[in-house]
Amino acid sequence: MTKSDMVEKIYEKIGFSKKESAELVEMVFDIIKNTLETGEKIKIAGFGNFVVKEKADRRGRNPQTGEEIVISARKILTFKPSQVLKASINAK
Amino acid sequence: MTKSELVERLVDENSLLTRKDSEIIVDIVFDSIRNALKSGEKVEIRGFGSFTIRNRGPREARNPKSGEIVQIPAKKTPFFKTGKELRDRVNNS
Repeated sequence: MTKSDMVEKIYEKIGFSKKESAELVEMVFDIIKNTLETGEKIKIAGFGNFVVKEKADRRGRNPQTGEEIVISARKILTFKPSQVLKASINAK
Repeated sequence: MTKSELVERLVDENSLLTRKDSEIIVDIVFDSIRNALKSGEKVEIRGFGSFTIRNRGPREARNPKSGEIVQIPAKKTPFFKTGKELRDRVNNS
């Protein structure tokens, strides 16, 4: 499943051209990405939340050499699926 | 940003788009991902990330109230792996 399936559905359901539909799908993801980039979370009811988390410095080890290294602080994106999504995936 | 704010933003960026159509589009995006995962398919959105299903094995747990041991059956859980472009953008902002 990729963006092209979404484009196909928008084309069928609303009747925009495939080109317009593709641009709209692209725009949805651009809005989401731009929002997350600012650190703001995205909450999609019935699907889940995308949250940017700040990770502090931590010590790690190079598994090949055993050498201790510092893993620098960073921001990461996490996805927490909603109960609805989890339930629908486990439904038989 | 909530789903309805996302719908509004999409309308703001497309003067010809009605709010109703914007809502249909946003629903199609997330329903498509959900339906694909439901049928066991992997979803890959270039520049954003990929959604896969991870299988969690059965495990034993304890009811914190009664202390009783309960069996938790195996289950599937959705997993999102952030794409490289988005990972870098989130970290460098």
